[in-house]
Amino acid sequence: MRLLVSYVFPRLLQWAVVIVVGVTVAFAVPRLSPTQPVDQMLGRMSGMTATDPAAVASLRSAIIAMYGLQGTPLEQYGRFWQHLLRGDLGPSLTAFPTPVTEMIWQALPWTIGLLGISTILSWLLGLALGTLSAYRPHALWSRLLANGMVTIYPIPYFILALVLVLVFAYYVPLFPLVGGASGPPGLSLDYLGSIVWHAFLPALSLVLVLTAFRFLVARALASGVLSSDAVTFAETAGIPRRRIVSRYVMRNSMLPQITDLGLQIGAMFEGALITEVAFSYPGIGYRLFTAILQSDYNLILGVTLFSVVGIATAALLIDFAYPLFDPRVRYQ
Amino acid sequence: MAQAIVPAPAAGRQRAAGAVVTDLVRFSPAFTVGAVLLLITLAFTLLSVLSPYDPTDRHVVPADLAPSLAHPLGTTSLGQDLFWIMTFAVRNSLIVAGLAVVIGRSIAVVLGSFLGYTGGTVDRALSSVTDSFIVIPRLPLLILIAAILKGTLSLPALALLIGLLDWAWPSKRYRAQVLTLREETFTQTAAFSGMRPLTVILREHVPFLVPFILADAITGFLYAIGMEITLSILGLTDLAVPTLGTTIYWANYYQALLSGKLWWLIAPVAASILMVVGFYQLSTSLSQYLDPRTRARALARRAAT
Repeated sequence: MRLLVSYVFPRLLQWAVVIVVGVTVAFAVPRLSPTQPVDQMLGRMSGMTATDPAAVASLRSAIIAMYGLQGTPLEQYGRFWQHLLRGDLGPSLTAFPTPVTEMIWQALPWTIGLLGISTILSWLLGLALGTLSAYRPHALWSRLLANGMVTIYPIPYFILALVLVLVFAYYVPLFPLVGGASGPPGLSLDYLGSIVWHAFLPALSLVLVLTAFRFLVARALASGVLSSDAVTFAETAGIPRRRIVSRYVMRNSMLPQITDLGLQIGAMFEGALITEVAFSYPGIGYRLFTAILQSDYNLILGVTLFSVVGIATAALLIDFAYPLFDPRVRYQ
Repeated sequence: MAQAIVPAPAAGRQRAAGAVVTDLVRFSPAFTVGAVLLLITLAFTLLSVLSPYDPTDRHVVPADLAPSLAHPLGTTSLGQDLFWIMTFAVRNSLIVAGLAVVIGRSIAVVLGSFLGYTGGTVDRALSSVTDSFIVIPRLPLLILIAAILKGTLSLPALALLIGLLDWAWPSKRYRAQVLTLREETFTQTAAFSGMRPLTVILREHVPFLVPFILADAITGFLYAIGMEITLSILGLTDLAVPTLGTTIYWANYYQALLSGKLWWLIAPVAASILMVVGFYQLSTSLSQYLDPRTRARALARRAAT
């Protein structure tokens, strides 16, 4: 019960604040912009046909109604929320009248798969390698690893993806460079195999960047834990090294990494979006890219709102998982 | 050796600065690597002044030539000499990232110190808003804004946009730093001995914050470079201005990869990597050196071996 009040409730509140702030920004930004999206759209649409003033006026009011731009800003804001709470993000402008939500749901499994697998893999890899490297800071492998990670960490997602594309398109043409799968969809081994095959390069590029970050943090945290009394005592007591690393060092340095994962999940999602564009991987990021190319403003807004809610929820779930790993919070 | 690393305060500023650089070169390979890469980048940027061609002019040289002596990095399908285009691209990307860092960090420092020193309800309310901006994925928002402003997004506007979205995480960390410093004994000692609050902050707290700001600025720099590249490749910035991102955009547009004009992609990719790695190495070695605690540890290790 006290866990509920002191741990669950504040986080639920924060979750709500994140969504309100995100939705408000997404609502306000298009309205504060100096350009007029309605006029731009009108120009594009009426440019194709002969201009009849009455037709243009009715088209204009139709667009205004579709964007919910009638009424005072406050009324507009209220309506914005109403639509959102009903799960109605409007129709896509290019694939009219397919609802934006439907297009996002189609792309969602690809993104969740890619992001989920690379997050878990990179988190475990970064934690394990970082801790081991902190435990043996002067070994050759440890220094090589640290130098490699320090080099990879600052490279932007898109650039690293391009490097992989360059290498694997010309020098080692092992993996497909575009798409998510090949062959007819179904539960056949061929189809599932092709999914893994296609996901390999996008996942590799994400895992590389994310592991580098995790590694650097884990290494710094573990060297702090290594100099703690608990570890000195364990060493004096003659506890085997492998046990010290796994039981004491890793467990302790793991905790801030879970909190950090909750805070970083939004940034990691951005990385997934970029990676999908670089490899034409059919997830939300690629949807967003095609929406930009076709100026499908509704779809861009839909993806934005969807990501805000989705990432806030993912962060909440990670926060809720924290007490499972930290007994101190549980027994509070 | 300890004397060499920590120059006496009495020593002239000139000599002290010189000694710091000598020490860093001697003891920190990361600093040497970073400094060399950074100097190359800066020299390259300065070369843009000497460019025989205007960066927006097209069809000034034969198109699609592989790298040669006349055109060290080859030429593009737009008939531009890639070497000179890259001097402008690196310069412009640096300007965007630099501006974005200044804008974002200014907001962060002001907000973070304000919240840290004020505390109370204001702090709690604003901090939870800050926390929201940390969690919210910023790229879709950036894309949404850039898509609306499509075509009108100049370099300073792009920097402003990136900067305005990159203050939450640093502000949270500044706040935490300030909170810790505020509780330190020496703060109370200073306050009780009659030092004015502003003097306490400037004389006692800023030295602690400097290595921190340096490390943080590089994080912002890396983010801004990455976002410039991303937005430009998506075609959402001013595509007539050469930057690292727009160069890649045009290379993609003319399908440099499929038609074997690899040099067009390799130049901006390599330039980005050298630049970010250089900046990152330099900043980590500097902030390690500027922080008296890590410097003392490094000294102890040198003495032991």
